[in-house]
Formats: sequence, C-alpha cells, structure tokens
Amino acid sequence: MKLNKTLLALAIGTLLLSACSDTDEKDTSLTDGSQNDVSGISDASTSGLNKGSGMTGSEMGGSGMHGLSGNGDYASTLGPEFNDPNNPLSKRTIYFMLDSSEVMPDFVPVIAAHAQYLIANPAQRITLEGNADERGSREYNIALGEQRAKSVASMMKVQGVSENQLDIVSYGEEKPAAFGSDEEAWERNRRVELVYQAR
Amino acid sequence: MNFFRRILLIVLFGFNVQIGHAAPLTIEITEGVESAVPVAVVPFASQGAPVNISAVVNADLERSGYFKMMDEQGMPGRPSTVAAVNFKDWQAVGQNYLVIGQVVEAGGGQYNVQFQLLDVYSSGQLLGYRMTSSAADLRRTAHHISDLIFEKLTGKKGVFSGRIAYITTNNQGNKQQSHQLQVADADGFNPQTVASSVEPLMSPSWSPDGKKMAYVSFERKSAAIYVQTLATGERTRVAEFPGINGAPAWSPDGTRLALTLSKDGSPDIYVLNLSTRSLNRLTRSFAIDTEPTWSPDGGNIVFTSDRGGKPQLYIVPSQGGQEKRLTFSGDYNARASFSPDGKSLVMVHGNGNDYRIAVMELATRAINVLTSGRSDESPSFAPNGSMILYASKKGRTGFLSAVSLDGKMQQKLVFNSGEVREPAWAP
Repeated sequence: MKLNKTLLALAIGTLLLSACSDTDEKDTSLTDGSQNDVSGISDASTSGLNKGSGMTGSEMGGSGMHGLSGNGDYASTLGPEFNDPNNPLSKRTIYFMLDSSEVMPDFVPVIAAHAQYLIANPAQRITLEGNADERGSREYNIALGEQRAKSVASMMKVQGVSENQLDIVSYGEEKPAAFGSDEEAWERNRRVELVYQAR
Repeated sequence: MNFFRRILLIVLFGFNVQIGHAAPLTIEITEGVESAVPVAVVPFASQGAPVNISAVVNADLERSGYFKMMDEQGMPGRPSTVAAVNFKDWQAVGQNYLVIGQVVEAGGGQYNVQFQLLDVYSSGQLLGYRMTSSAADLRRTAHHISDLIFEKLTGKKGVFSGRIAYITTNNQGNKQQSHQLQVADADGFNPQTVASSVEPLMSPSWSPDGKKMAYVSFERKSAAIYVQTLATGERTRVAEFPGINGAPAWSPDGTRLALTLSKDGSPDIYVLNLSTRSLNRLTRSFAIDTEPTWSPDGGNIVFTSDRGGKPQLYIVPSQGGQEKRLTFSGDYNARASFSPDGKSLVMVHGNGNDYRIAVMELATRAINVLTSGRSDESPSFAPNGSMILYASKKGRTGFLSAVSLDGKMQQKLVFNSGEVREPAWAP
C-alpha cells in the first residue's frame, strides 16, 4: 500500500517536474522523485516504533516466574511424599503419544494420587499446563496441549476433585522441556505438568 | 536440476543501538534460478554518505534470486554518469543491465541521490530518478531504488522496502527465556522490539494498513490477544476468555479479527468486531478448529480442523454458513494463508515426520510442496505474491527462509543468536 503511494507520488513527480538539468540527452533524463513520501513512511512507523517499546520484560512478565519448567518447586515443599520417588505424588508430569490426548495406563495411578491429595486438601489449587512437541503448526499445538490438560482435568473431576481447584493453560510447543528435534525430545515435550499453586 | 546451487554469504551489520537486542543477520541465497539476469551495480559516486547505497541495492537484487550480480573487481570502469559509460566494455563482460548513480550531500543533513538503470545492449536508459533523503532515510531510499529497478526488470512489484514481523526467543540461563515480537526491514536490518516478555508471545498478525499488530501473549500466565498500535506502543487487550485465545487474523477491511477461543468447550473459530466487541461464532464442532485466515475479498475464512481425525483445511463463509473441507491429500494440512490474488493457499503440509511448506491452487486443488525441511512452518506471502516467508529449524536454531512460488529460489535469513520464528510480511 505504502509502496503504491510512494510510486504514485514518484509518478506524479515525473509528470510535474522537468528533466534534470545536468544532462541534455533525452534518453538519460532524470526524474525528480518526491522523497518526502518515503520519509513520511518512516516517520509514521519506524521512528514511532522506537518510542513504541514502552513495555519491558519485567513489566509484562510479572514476578515469581517459574521459568521453563512448570514443576515449580512449591509442590516439593508440601510434604515428604512429594519428594519420595516411590510415591506417585513425586511424579508431576503426564506424558502422551503423538497427536493424542488420551491418558496412558501408566499415568492413571499418578493422576489418581494427585486427585486424592486435592480432595483431602480442598484449599489447594493446581494448574494443569498442557504442552506439545514441536511438530506441526503452533496454534494447532496450543489446541492439542489444551486437550491433554483437559483429559487430565476430567479424570481428576471424575474422582471428585472440585472444578474450582483446577486451572488449565496450554503452552503448545512454546515451552519445551527438552530441546532438539528427535524422538527423545518430542516424547519429553508431549506432556501435562501438574503445577501446585502456592497457598 | 534446472537450477543451480550457490552459496553466498553477505554479512550485514544489523545493529540497532536503541534496542540493543538486535543480532547481526546473515542472508544466504541457497538456491537461485539458472536464468538469473546479469546486472552490474557500479559503486555510486559518494561524498561520505553514511550508507553505501549501491551496496544495499546490490544485496537486495542479489537476494531476490532473479539477478546475477557482477563482482566489483571485474568491472571495466566506475562510471557515475551516462557520458562516462562505454557500453561496449560492459557488453564484453557479459552484463545486460547497468546501474549507476551518485550521492551528493545537500546540506542540512540531506542527501541528493540519483541513479540510472541502463540497458547495455540498446545503450539506453530504462529508469532515472533523483531523490532527496535525510541521512536517517538513506537505507530506505536504497530499498526504494531496488524496488524501482526490480519492477522495471521483472514487471513485478519489489518488496525490498517492506517490513517483516517475527518472534525471537533468547535463553537467559536458569531456565528463563526472553520472548520478543520484533519488526524489521525486509532484509532484517533495523529490528525494533514491539513487545517483550518472559512468557511466550505468538501469532503476530498485521492490520491491513500496516499500522497495528495483533498477537497472543501469555504474560498474565494465560493466553490473551492484544492489538497494538506500532507508532505509539499503545495497546488493548481484546480477548481474554477462559481457555485458548489464539490465532488472531485481521479481516481485509481492518474492522474485525478472526480468532480461536475455547471458552465454549473445544477450540472454535470466532469473529470479533473490533469496534463493537461483539463476537460471532463461526464453527461449533467438538474437534479442534483453529488458525483462521481470511480470503482477500473478506468473504471466506479458511481454518484448520481435526474433525475428520487428522488436521485438514476447511472453508466457511466469514458471516457464517456451511463448512466445506478443502484438503484431502496428505496426513496433515494446517496453518493456511491466502495468496494476495486469492487464487492459492500456502500451508504446512505434513507427511510422516516431515512438515513442509506447500501451495494449493484453489481451482485445481493441486498441492505443490515447495520446501525440503523437516520442520517448516508459519508461511506468509510477500505482498507481491512472488515469495513465501516461513520459519525453519535445524537442530536448536530456528531461522527464517523465503522461497519463490515455484520453489526454485530459496534464501535463508539467519540471526546469529536465539530462535527466530513466526514471520509475517507486512501488507
């Protein structure tokens, strides 16, 4: 659009202004282009953009970030059972198959253990963070991550966890747990993280 | 192979002192056409101008893949006026076209820039312009000259003065990441940060007038869609419903945003009227519906849905109506975008573990795969419809690439740090 305008301005310039003075030959005549329009473009956008970065990471991000991993360590402060590798409460990541949001049998006891804890502690809230591997398009992966988090949520609700204790967010492929483009990284990224919220 | 491979490295210095995050950019032309036309851009006679205009023009034309640019060392002379050109000498070194010019300081920080495009065989002038530019606008003037030359020689509008938006991510260590939405010139220079957050930023979409941008931000720990005026930085949160707020796409008339919301259950396509804030729900499937994109006439919206089991493209009238499936070939067709003439769709086309950029002609439904990466995504048409910008990945490096509509020309824009993704060419 802007280019068109500029070209139009240049074309008008061609019509209105006479040939350049420093050459007499017709076929080498110079056209006086109005460069004002070009400057106009940058005044309207680029220079404004400089002023436009009126927000900073700290302003937008807020405080208390848990960074890449959803497993902020709040859960580990809840009790020894959350740190005991033999206790299912120590497992707070549920993994999924490619393009699937079905909970695999291995993770049913893990979800059940967290559901029981939440039922016993009705003031405790948890965020289910859905994630996807990098393959495919980003917004589709946001949707896939949400489906995974909703699968875990509905399993918890069936067991009696109150809806008020559950929050869902999907990060799609935006917060990988593992970098790399191989099967191992993809497996680690197709996941729902159970993030206990500070009370 | 009807095209040859050549690797060319042009290291550009894309620092921006005001922002400080700008990384130097490398552009590699990985594939060019065999029929590239030989053009010589003679270094312009210049009295200390802060930008080497002829070098910028040379790089632009080179990057387009249409031209084979002559090395300065082989040039038979350095004319800056037509009177000084000996056309026979340029014929002898195999050049078809010659660009000459001058940059003269005009006082008050202004420069007079003039250039001429000459046909070596007819010894005639094809173009001649004189322009006045401030020192700060010299690079823009150079891109403008490239556009004029490109259009004269190819009949297609140049896109060198255009801008691109993209998302970058830098690891800050300690599992912290910094995400930025940036806007830069089409050659990656002059990057400016539009928004910055430690939480993900996604899906930038230009308003049709190029003055605003819609994007998704997780800065409040859940997804929200913002509309930001680029000139002022002023922004409005236009969607923050429970669940997904994603994939904003500006209507061609600039009054509405198509978007994905999951507030009513599964992700569906909605149209948000930006002045009344009313929402019109377009799809009601129990499956995933997302990634809406408008036809250039505003009459239809194409979106991705897995209602048939796998993600495929569907079309629905933008006022609502019957939904029809568009793609039937391949396991995975998603994230469509219309060509400016509305005749084709570009999309992510998945087959096994490979996700590539493909174009489908709507009249024939024939799908033509243009790229050969394993993880190519987010295709966006250049405003002249001749190139498609997309994101590619190799190992942990995410970079931007461009491919011509026939797949024959490829170029790569490599930022030296961090991941660069989700490019969007300004209208």
